[in-house]
Amino acid sequence: MNANPSSNGALVQVEGVEKVFHRGAEDIHVLADLHLRVPAGEFLALMGPSGSGKTTLLNLIGGLDRPSKGAVLVAGERLDQLSDRRLAAWRARHIGFVFQLYNLMPVLTAERNVELPLLLTHLSRAERRQHVETALAVVGLSHRATHYPRTLSGGEQQRVGIARGIVTDPTLLLCDEPTGDLDRKAGDEILDLLQALNRSHGKTIIMVTHDPHASARAARTVYLNKGQLSNEPVK
Amino acid sequence: MAGLINWFSQIGSITKFGLMSLPQRRGAVAATVLGIAGVVAVLVGVLSIAAGFRQAMSVSASPDGAIVMRNGADSEMVSGLSREETRLIADAPGVARNQAGPLASAELLVLIDLPKRTTGTDANVPLRGVEPAALQVRQRLKIIQGRMFDWGKDEVIVGCGAAREFTGLQIGSNIKVGRYEWPVVGIFSANGSVAESEIWSDAKVLQDAYHRGDSFQSVHVTLDSPGSFRAFKDSLTANPQLNVKVLRQSEFYAEQSETLTRLITTLGFLIAFLMAIGAVFGALNTMYSAVATRTREIATLRALGFGGGAVVVALMFESLLLALAGGALGGGLAYFAFNNFHTSTMNWQSFSQITFAFRVTPALLVHGTAWAAAIGFAGGLFPAIRAARLPIAPALREL
Repeated sequence: MNANPSSNGALVQVEGVEKVFHRGAEDIHVLADLHLRVPAGEFLALMGPSGSGKTTLLNLIGGLDRPSKGAVLVAGERLDQLSDRRLAAWRARHIGFVFQLYNLMPVLTAERNVELPLLLTHLSRAERRQHVETALAVVGLSHRATHYPRTLSGGEQQRVGIARGIVTDPTLLLCDEPTGDLDRKAGDEILDLLQALNRSHGKTIIMVTHDPHASARAARTVYLNKGQLSNEPVK
Repeated sequence: MAGLINWFSQIGSITKFGLMSLPQRRGAVAATVLGIAGVVAVLVGVLSIAAGFRQAMSVSASPDGAIVMRNGADSEMVSGLSREETRLIADAPGVARNQAGPLASAELLVLIDLPKRTTGTDANVPLRGVEPAALQVRQRLKIIQGRMFDWGKDEVIVGCGAAREFTGLQIGSNIKVGRYEWPVVGIFSANGSVAESEIWSDAKVLQDAYHRGDSFQSVHVTLDSPGSFRAFKDSLTANPQLNVKVLRQSEFYAEQSETLTRLITTLGFLIAFLMAIGAVFGALNTMYSAVATRTREIATLRALGFGGGAVVVALMFESLLLALAGGALGGGLAYFAFNNFHTSTMNWQSFSQITFAFRVTPALLVHGTAWAAAIGFAGGLFPAIRAARLPIAPALREL
């Protein structure tokens, strides 16, 4: 079943996407004729059991992987038709990633980690510093700017990850199990933050999660099972 | 232009992260740097032997100097000239003159056994009989201890290299010459040239000691000018009374050093090449481990928009920097361990010992650095390509 197939003017359009992984002689069909539309400004939760293809779908939308068949359009761009080089540049311009394991550079301070995506822009050092300060202020971590990841708690590291994800003011924020490695309290703080980014800053967010508590914070939840999307949870 | 700057900025950032994470990989990094340092030290060290030997030979040559031997002789040891022939050579056009006559010294060379200081084993040391003009022909020869031997007397002077390398050559000691014992009366230097490896005496008394009659083996001459060589050579080779080989000193010494320098150079390259193979594997290991331990970091950077090309160049750059550090360490080690190290070796052309000092020249250091860079390039290329080709999505979840 297709989720929200009739939306027009969507920021994200996934059209008839299939994804097949090859393991030796075996073909593993992860996504099959999948359709999804996400309008700008939406906070969408993508749920499903382990191995259902949630992260695979997120990676296709984020331009980290290519579909075996079908089209992925984000902000009007056919991602499956871009070269690797152009896709990398496109990601830098349009996508903010938030990872389950934070994926911070251990040798860099919080502010230098947040600055990373800005190194791909033409901003001056002073402009970059200003953007970093703003992003850290949004996630409430200005006082920890010069700390290294190993000295931060998991929740703080994830907030640094979110600051890195939003520092370029991307078109779309993609979060892969952002609370999956955190306790409930820290997870709630992260969800509060994502909700605020969506509601106060109009940020379009797609969040992969297996946690109903987390998906409850999203405006809409779609469920992925056996390569297909539905608006109802898997029974 | 902005795109290019952006690209360089990406390379700089990735390289910086790589270098900052070196302490986490210090074991593998140290093994690689030391491995490459070993290759460079051995290569430069071995080649410094050849460089030192070649230099000892080349400083022996004067631009206006020439040597004449019997035709077909490839060293003085197998040459033979009569007194009459040496006179014709000395009187040839182009030979410089002073009040005493032509600057030509007819000389003979014999080998005597002397024990090496380092091993105690006997070695062939050249004993050269010279004529008075020899001191003008070798203008850089200087008595640094004692005095010059008296012409017509059974006395010798010893080159400082020979005095350093062989026992029994200090002033006041006697050396065995044929059936006789001659006193050492002086030590001379000759600007690091081959003469410093020799013992000198009066040619006439040496002829008598070895029953050589009035025969010589070579004539060393100083020409009016370097440009006179052609006329000098042509006059001798065209003279039907002579059957001689005429060489510039530079040609002669280059010929003399050829066998040994080729042997040392070949050996040096062979050893260094074998070691370099090991060092390449060391570098490969380090860079593969760098990629393995940073898989998630590299994937994260790629996800953020850093390009695969920038990853390749940055990792290559890191590999080259490690290699150059190893090269600098190896070059430094070679310099402090080998430069100016005095030794002696057999000159395979004359079967006599030549003393010389190892020379770690700037050219050799550049050479060693080039080898280090080549090892770094070979060791970094495949890991860098592998890093750039890592599928981003699964690599983002690597622990």
